[in-house]
Amino acid sequence: MSESATATVDTSQALSGTQDVRGPRWYTGRDAIMVYILVVFLLYAMITIPRFATPVTTGFLLLDVIPTLLIAMPMTLIIITGEIDLSVASIAGLSSAVLGVMWAGGANIWVSMAIALFVGLLAGIFNGVLIAFVGLPSLAVTIGTLALFRGLALVVIGDNAVANFPKEITAFASSKIGTTGIPVMVIPVLVVVVFFGLLLHKTAFGRGLYAMGYSKDAAHFVGINEGRSKFWLYVASGLVSASAGIFWTLRYTSARSDNASGLELTVIAAVLLGGVSIFGGKGSVPGVLAGVLLIGSLNYALRLGRVSDVVLVTVTGLLLIASVIAPSISSAISTWRHDQKLRRQLSDEATATAVN
Amino acid sequence: MSSPSHGTLNRAPASKGLGPHTSGLGAFLKLRELPVTVALVALVIITTIANPLFLSPQGMKDLMLNATIMMLLAAGQTMVIVTRNIDLSVGSILGLVAFGTGTIFSSMPNMPIPLVLLIGIAFGAVLGAFNGLLTVWAKVPSLVITLGTLYVFRGLNNAWAGPKQHFAGDRPEAFGNLSVDTVLGMPIITLLAVIVVIILAIFMSGARQGRDLYAIGSDPEAAKLFGINVSRRVFTAFLINGSLAGLAGVLYASRFNAVGATTGSGLELDVVAAAVVGGVAIFGGSGTVIGAAIGAILLNTITSSLTALRVDKFWQQAIVGVLIITAILIDRLASLRHAKNLREKEGRNV
Repeated sequence: MSESATATVDTSQALSGTQDVRGPRWYTGRDAIMVYILVVFLLYAMITIPRFATPVTTGFLLLDVIPTLLIAMPMTLIIITGEIDLSVASIAGLSSAVLGVMWAGGANIWVSMAIALFVGLLAGIFNGVLIAFVGLPSLAVTIGTLALFRGLALVVIGDNAVANFPKEITAFASSKIGTTGIPVMVIPVLVVVVFFGLLLHKTAFGRGLYAMGYSKDAAHFVGINEGRSKFWLYVASGLVSASAGIFWTLRYTSARSDNASGLELTVIAAVLLGGVSIFGGKGSVPGVLAGVLLIGSLNYALRLGRVSDVVLVTVTGLLLIASVIAPSISSAISTWRHDQKLRRQLSDEATATAVN
Repeated sequence: MSSPSHGTLNRAPASKGLGPHTSGLGAFLKLRELPVTVALVALVIITTIANPLFLSPQGMKDLMLNATIMMLLAAGQTMVIVTRNIDLSVGSILGLVAFGTGTIFSSMPNMPIPLVLLIGIAFGAVLGAFNGLLTVWAKVPSLVITLGTLYVFRGLNNAWAGPKQHFAGDRPEAFGNLSVDTVLGMPIITLLAVIVVIILAIFMSGARQGRDLYAIGSDPEAAKLFGINVSRRVFTAFLINGSLAGLAGVLYASRFNAVGATTGSGLELDVVAAAVVGGVAIFGGSGTVIGAAIGAILLNTITSSLTALRVDKFWQQAIVGVLIITAILIDRLASLRHAKNLREKEGRNV
């Protein structure tokens, strides 16, 4: 948990350093609040739920969260540009089906995985071309490809399930680092998270995404190649979703056409909960990391506390609604405070000029 | 003085009933429903040639029954999408109302059917109003709000139903017969849905409140400046959409045997897909209820006709996907041509 907290500090400090006017302080920002909620919740769960603070919990919790976390990364960048990708879970399902069929057809497991990844890449290119170059609305296109890719998964594997993957690979997919309970797979996932975090927050490309989400015209005028940026985001989304599909297949040792179905809404809920604005232009990777972990640990804690799955869904929904309504309320308050501050500043300046 | 400018404001989406001054444009814009209608007719003709049993009375009846629920949902969704909003919670609303219907009949089997229909519609309206209130009051995009209520309503349904399911046996025979008996060759629930869709279509194209929805979707700022009460209209759209989902929920309980905790889950994207295929622009301002209803019929017919054509059933969903993307492409081409026409016309006027 501490990684996310320090990451928040880093990004926002860099921001406040560049601003002449004193900007929002990092410890009151949206990301920071998400991290506080996460930390408070984890402490609460550790104290009140008997079996929460154990390596077993950490292991299962993180394994459950990995697919959502992986896909949430490109999704964050896509939503920041003001677009959306609803086809991610279908791409994961398609890659899972391809992996299963290739392996059952006698291909080497690594070759099968590479081909599954390649299929995800193609799916991403398909989305990207239609959205970035043909200029179709992403919401509509990805509803279409949601059906299309899931349909292709059905075409590939039908009603069958492939389960006889090599033991050592499936065991590796859910193996833990020593006795810490932390899954080995967390390391590559962290690499992906850091990669997208740096890409978004530390590169010109990433800053351009905010510009695109905030104002298309402005982004165009400062010379951002909107089409190309969006295209690469959808390619990345396809690739990452396919890897999530491969992980899903190996973790549950089962390649089926309906793997990961419905995951797109969970991912989007987590991303929005993490403070990304659905209008684009706002959001950060640390915030999303906290959002994904919050939903994951909340679900796990409730399940450990013998709360049925029933309430889980409701809690996810309520969290999502609360997370979008809260800013509306707090922005009303902060507008008022901003007005007050401006008024004070103006009167200060007035007295200063009067003295001079 | 307000009526001519009102007409101008709404000219783009107007496809019918606005008189001769828009006839050229109107004929052109009829294309919005044309592709989906042509596709449906072609599909039915091809399938019937290959398999004459497809259009037998029984086949027709199955087609209509399958499309009924989706038709209602797509019509309601169109109202919301036209205002640049979206309602993803309809599947969950349908589920709650369907389970509610089952519960009513299992505890009070003698409840008159029209009353149950009204209760279902009112229940749906309350849920829709909740969506509408949150969207309007908090000024939060409805995509997020209704994604949230999709989970909340589903959770309520889970909590209420638990592992319990209500089966058709609990319900009075007359209620189940609504989807068996036919009037004018149509099952009663289909007839009901068609009447509702037609009323809604007249409302959307004729009534001032309906035209306002298009104005809001075309340009919310302009609609506000023009004096339209945007919040109230959007709220109404959500309310009506919720009540249609409620009606669909009651009809679902009549049509299908079991209703439980997961009834109607995953329907939301199918509904949006049906509207998009029917020519409703996802960013508001254009599209008709009739188009969306035809879109819903088309998506449902494909499933049956692929079976009749002996196409591998696994291809069905992929074909639906291709259809949606084609519909968006056609829409894009049409709007490009429309923009070009307008430019040329303006050029000539100057």
